[in-house]
Amino acid sequence: MINPESVITARGLRKSYRATTVLDGVDLDVGRGEIFAMLGQNGAGKTTTVNILTTLIKPDAGTAAIDGFDVVRDAANARGALSLTGQFAAVDPFQTGAENLAMMANLAHLDRRDARRRITELLARFDLGAAASRRAGTYSGGMRRRLDLAISLLASPPVVFLDEPTTGLDPRSRSQLWSVVRDLATDGTTIFLTTQYLEEADQLADTIAVLNAGRIVATGTASQLKSGLKGDRVELTLDGPTAYRSALEIDFGAGAEFNDERWSVSVPATNPVAVTRDLLTLADGNAIAVRAIDILKPTLDDVFLHLTGAGAPTTTEEVAA
Amino acid sequence: MSALTLPTVSRTTRRPLRDIAAMTARETRRTLRSVDMLITSLVIPVSIMLVFVVVFGGAIEKDGRYIDYVVPATLILCTGFGSAMTAVSVAKDMKEGIIDRFRTMPIFGASVLVGHVVASVARNLVSSALVIGVALLLGFRPGADLGGWILAILYLVLAITAFTWISCAAGLLVSEEAAGSINFVFLFLPYVSSGFVGADTMPAWLQGFAHNQPFTPIIETLRDLVGGQDASQYVWAALAWLAGLLVVGYGASVVLFRRRVAH
Repeated sequence: MINPESVITARGLRKSYRATTVLDGVDLDVGRGEIFAMLGQNGAGKTTTVNILTTLIKPDAGTAAIDGFDVVRDAANARGALSLTGQFAAVDPFQTGAENLAMMANLAHLDRRDARRRITELLARFDLGAAASRRAGTYSGGMRRRLDLAISLLASPPVVFLDEPTTGLDPRSRSQLWSVVRDLATDGTTIFLTTQYLEEADQLADTIAVLNAGRIVATGTASQLKSGLKGDRVELTLDGPTAYRSALEIDFGAGAEFNDERWSVSVPATNPVAVTRDLLTLADGNAIAVRAIDILKPTLDDVFLHLTGAGAPTTTEEVAA
Repeated sequence: MSALTLPTVSRTTRRPLRDIAAMTARETRRTLRSVDMLITSLVIPVSIMLVFVVVFGGAIEKDGRYIDYVVPATLILCTGFGSAMTAVSVAKDMKEGIIDRFRTMPIFGASVLVGHVVASVARNLVSSALVIGVALLLGFRPGADLGGWILAILYLVLAITAFTWISCAAGLLVSEEAAGSINFVFLFLPYVSSGFVGADTMPAWLQGFAHNQPFTPIIETLRDLVGGQDASQYVWAALAWLAGLLVVGYGASVVLFRRRVAH
């Protein structure tokens, strides 16, 4: 049942606080070197999942392992294989960047010479060289995050957890962090990140799991998740209300949807080019003026709304892998 | 990234002493860099001693050397007060993400708390030395010989350790703001003991409390040790109280720490 290739596994994780069920049976398999994004709104149970996987809390039921080490029974070895960058920067404001790194290298039991080399490497890599001897309390939010991440990479753990790593970061810091995450994965580090940003999951992740109310409601690549939806559509925006009213009289085929706010009509399209040509011919034939043509691709937003919104499925919807 | 320069890391090796040393260095650095903490550990203890020796001393002096009587009491007062700073540091740590980071590392679990305590002992020994130094300049003439001093210092270390574990538990129990007022206990209770004025001079209803509260034997024992006197009258009661505080403070800290971090 447990995939030997996977570095992070979880089976049936449950966690409740008093009457509130936070996790209601979460299963996970994350392969080595994979970037895995857990996507969900606030309160979906993302941080609780991370806290269980990083040994911070015990699940009420279920098992989880990091690099083969059970997070409850063999927590010490699991800790040796992972690092966590939490939502709140775990750096001491009264120590400089270099001192924070040196302290953590010491606590990670790194050999002193290795530690010195590694610290220099990480300071340069995270663009903190110039600020290394300034107290972390004077750092900007982005710098603190980078220092935090640098610390969690000190011991080169095979599995890195990032809990909402870019929340509160400016766009430049965010893209900087994204490129660091990609580099790490290229080097074989397994990344487990949580995010509320669909774009972030779309940009970074090999696999996305959508968490809603303590259950994983879908798992797959971004394109697999999107293909679970309606697929591409072609949309004609008509030239004003008169054209729109005329268009309402015409049969655009199965699945056509009218939008009276945009004065548009859209139809499903497996072959968007052919469908566009047909639509234009149809509009011309009926003397309906068209203002614009767009090919609509489903976004993760649509996926998210579909899965967690009003029409959310009640059972787990596995998207074919 | 240069993934090829993987540091040699003994992933699960237990190195509790190294962990505690790192945590102690961290805490000491916090003290040295905080004007607040420096004033609290260096300026205030000396000031307290000066108030008793220079300001009140003249009025209280009756049969000779009040300075020799009161300096040991101010040492206990100051170390209690100084130990209470640990409550603030611990409370501050608990509300930041760094504790979670420590807990996801393969380190000795309680090392962060032990680091707080060891740093507090070092800090308070420095401020005690400063208080004694200034007192000597003012005419403090303790009667202890070298052996007596060694015993007195060991005893002071025990007292600071006990006070600090109690403060540590308090810091785990309350918010950072409330932790700031824990020092009130250490600042106030010694006054209602025989530490500064004889308990016999107090109103009758207070004497019962003064005779039986921990600070009376704790201060009297230090006074005997520093004064080169026979300490047997109070030493067992003092050691019992300090051991009790130590066990309760340590036990409560461990339990509270576990409960606080088990979200």
